[in-house]
Amino acid sequence: MSAVIEEHHDDHHHGPDKGILRWVFTTNHKDIGTLYLWFSFLMFLTGGCMAMVIRAELFQPGLQIVQPEFFNQMTTMHGLIMVFGAVMPAFVGLANWLVPMMIGAPDMALPRMNNYSFWILPFAFSMMLSSLFMEGGAPNFGWTFYAPLSTEYAPPSVTFFIFAVHLMGISSIMGSINVVVTILNLRAPGMRLMQMPLFVWTWLITAYLLIAVMPVLAGVVTMMLMDIHFGTAFFSAGGGGDPVLFQHVFWFFGHPEVYIMILPAFGVVSAIIPTFARKRLFGYDSMVYATASIAFLSFIVWAHHMFTVGIPIAGELYFMYATMLIAVPTGVKVFNWVATMWRGSMSFETPMLFAIAFVILFTIGGFSGLMLAIVPADFQYHDTYFVVAHFHYVLVPGSVFSIMAAAYYWLPKWTGNMYDESLGKTHFWLSFIGVNVTFFPQHFVGLAGMPRRIPDYALQFADYNMISSMGAFLFGFSQLLFLFIVIKCIRGGKKATSQVWEGAHGLEWTIPSPAPYHTFSTPPEDLREAHG
Amino acid sequence: MPSEDTYESYYVPHNSMLPIFASLGIFLTVYGVGNMLNEAKAGIDSSFGMLVFLTGGLLLGGTLFAWFSKVIAENHAKMYSDQMNRSYVWGMSWFIFSEVMFFSAFFGALFYVRMFVVDWIGGEGDRGPSGMLWPDYTPAWPMLETPDPSRFPGPHEVMSPWGLPLINTVLLVTSSFTVTIAHHGIKEGNRQKLNLWLALTIALGVVFLFVQAYEYYHAYTELGLTLSSGIYGTTFFMLTGFHGAHVTLGTFMLAVMMGRALKGHFDAEDCFGFEAAAWYWHFVDVVWLGLFIFVYVLGG
Repeated sequence: MSAVIEEHHDDHHHGPDKGILRWVFTTNHKDIGTLYLWFSFLMFLTGGCMAMVIRAELFQPGLQIVQPEFFNQMTTMHGLIMVFGAVMPAFVGLANWLVPMMIGAPDMALPRMNNYSFWILPFAFSMMLSSLFMEGGAPNFGWTFYAPLSTEYAPPSVTFFIFAVHLMGISSIMGSINVVVTILNLRAPGMRLMQMPLFVWTWLITAYLLIAVMPVLAGVVTMMLMDIHFGTAFFSAGGGGDPVLFQHVFWFFGHPEVYIMILPAFGVVSAIIPTFARKRLFGYDSMVYATASIAFLSFIVWAHHMFTVGIPIAGELYFMYATMLIAVPTGVKVFNWVATMWRGSMSFETPMLFAIAFVILFTIGGFSGLMLAIVPADFQYHDTYFVVAHFHYVLVPGSVFSIMAAAYYWLPKWTGNMYDESLGKTHFWLSFIGVNVTFFPQHFVGLAGMPRRIPDYALQFADYNMISSMGAFLFGFSQLLFLFIVIKCIRGGKKATSQVWEGAHGLEWTIPSPAPYHTFSTPPEDLREAHG
Repeated sequence: MPSEDTYESYYVPHNSMLPIFASLGIFLTVYGVGNMLNEAKAGIDSSFGMLVFLTGGLLLGGTLFAWFSKVIAENHAKMYSDQMNRSYVWGMSWFIFSEVMFFSAFFGALFYVRMFVVDWIGGEGDRGPSGMLWPDYTPAWPMLETPDPSRFPGPHEVMSPWGLPLINTVLLVTSSFTVTIAHHGIKEGNRQKLNLWLALTIALGVVFLFVQAYEYYHAYTELGLTLSSGIYGTTFFMLTGFHGAHVTLGTFMLAVMMGRALKGHFDAEDCFGFEAAAWYWHFVDVVWLGLFIFVYVLGG
C-alpha cells in the first residue's frame, strides 16, 4: 500500500513520458485516442490493399492475377479488417479524444482499462492476419462467415479467426463500458444530458449497442468453435440444428453493428455542419430521439439480411415493414442537416466538403437500402453487386468520409497546426470522384445480375467493372495523399487558435490548440459553449 | 496548472504496465488454446499449444491479481472520491448486462430450435429436402432420435428436473439469501455475521458445482446425453456449462471477498468489491432459474 502512495506523490510531472514506452503504458485519453486512430489508419491501408487485389482481378473478366481460393480470402479479410479494424477503432479513437473534452471531464472514467481495450487490438489483428500464412489459407467464407462454410468446410485457420473475434469483442465491450461510464458519471457539474453535444449522444447510444450485441457475436463464434471441435450440432441439420440459426444469431449482432458504424458518423456531421453553416444545429432534440429510435429499431430488423433463406411469409412481411420504418428517423436527421444549412452563412473548408458529401452519398446508400428492404425485389437483388454498392455507399462515403471529416475538423485541435487547405480539398475531390466512379457502376452490374464474391464474371459486365476498378485505384491512391497531409500537419503549419473555426461551439474549442496533455483538471464552469 | 487529482479529487492513474501484460496474457491464452484445438484435430502430438496457453494463463492471472490489488490499495489510500467509485459501480452493472446478452444468444438458439427447427426438419410447412434426406425422422422434444443418428447418436433419456436439478435450484436460491445476509453483516458492522454467512454462500456454490459435475457424469455414463448427441445435448450442455463456468467464477469472486473480509476489509460505507461479487452471484442465480424452467422443466 505504501508503494502506491509514494508513487502517487512522487509523480508531479504532467506531460507525457518520453520514447516508445509512453504509448505502451499510457493511461491518457488523448494518447490512447491517437493510438486508436493510427491503428485504424494502418488497418484501413491493409484492408485497402486487399480491395486493390480484388479490383485488380476484376479489372477484366477471366482469371489474371489471383486464384479463386485466394480471391475468397481477400474478400473475407477485406471485410473483416475494414469493419473491425478500420471503422470501429477509428470511431473509438475519436470518442477517446473528444468525449472527455466535450463534457469537461479530466479523462476517461477507467483509464487503465482504456489502455487494455486498445492494446488487445494489435494482438487480435496480428493473429487474424497471420492466418493468411497458415496451412489451408486464411478464412475464405466471407466477412459474414455463414455456417456451414465457416464450420464444416472451413480451413483450420478458422480457429484463430474465432479467437481473434473474441479478443476484438472483449476490447469493444471494455471500450464501450468506458465510454458509457464516462458520459454518465464524468460530465461537468451542471451539464444535463440534453445539453451534451450530439457526438457525445450518438456515442452513448453506440456504446449501448456495442455492449448489447458484441456478446451475441461472441456467442455465435463460440457455437462455431463447439461445432468444429467438440461435435455439437448448432448448425448441423443432421443433429437437429440449423445453418439458418447461424444467420439469425449473426444478424442479431450484425444489424446493430451497421448502426454502430454509422451513429458516431451522424454525431460528427452534426458537429461540423453547424460550424460551417454558422447556425445552431436544427432540431437538436429530434436528433437525439431519432438516434435512439434508430438504435431501438436496429434490434428488430435483422432478418432482412435473410429474405431468401426461406423464412415464413409473415416473417418476411414483418421484417420488410420494420426495416422501412428506419427511413423515418434517418429522414429526420437528413432533413435536420439540410435545414441547418438552409440560409446559413456557409463556407466550404475540407471538413464541410466531406460532411456535405456524407449527407448526399449516405442518403443514396439509404435509398438503395430501402430498395433492398422490399421483399419481392430483394429476391432479385440478393447477393448481387447491388448489395455491394449499397453497403459501400453507406460505409465509404458514409462512415469513412465522416471519419475523414472529423480528422480535418479536429486536427488543428489535436496538433496545434492547420492542415494544408488546398491539399485537403484536393484529397476530398479525388476521394469523392474515386468513390462514385468505383461504386456507382456496381448498382448497374448488380441489377443486371452480377453476383458478389466471385473472381470472374460474364463478358457483359466487363465495361462497368473496368470503370469500377479504375475508380477504386484512384480512391485507394488518394488516401496516400491523406496520409501525407496528416503527417505534414503534425510536423508544422500555420498555428491554430483555440477556437480554430469561426463558427465552432463546444467545450473543446475553449481550450488551447494543441489541447494540453491534461484538460479540465478542474471542471469548466461556463457551460454556455457546451452544446454545439 | 492544478494537479490532475484535484478534479473533484478525481484520481487519474499514471502510466501503468498492467494493461500491456494483461493484453499479452490474454493473447497468449487464446493463441495457445487455438493451437491445442488445431493440434488435436489434426492429430499432431505437440505440447506447443499447451505451453503457450499455460504461459498466457499465468501471465494474465498474475497481472489481474496485481491489477485488482493495486485498485484495492488505491482505494484504501483514499485516492478515490465518491464520484470515482460510481465509475466502478456503473462499470460492473454494464458488464453484467453484457453477460446477460451473452446468455441471450444461447437461450435464443434453444428457443429457435424448439419453436421452429424441430418441426421444420420433420417436414412441416413443405420444408423440402429434409424429408428426402431423413424420411424416418419424427420430430419430438426432447430429441431422443436425431435426423442423422450415425453422426449424432441421440440420448436414451434426458435429465429429469425433479432430481439433481431441483436440489441445485434450492442450493443456488438459498445462496442468494445467504449472501444478502452477509451483506447485512457488513452494513451492521457485524464481522462474525459477514464471515459466517459468506462462508456458507461459498460452500453452497461449491456444493452446487459438485452436484453439477455429478449430473454431467450421470448424463454421460448412464443417459447417453453428451455434447455430440444432437441439438438437445448441444443446448443442454452449452447452457448449463456456461452457467457452471459463471458459477465457478462467481464462487472464486466470493472466495476472494472472503479472504478480504478476513483481512478486515469492507465497512458499511466502503464495500463495493463485495457488492459487485454479490450482484454477480444474483445474476448467475437468475440465469439458473431461466435454465431450470426452460431447459429442465419445459424441455425435459
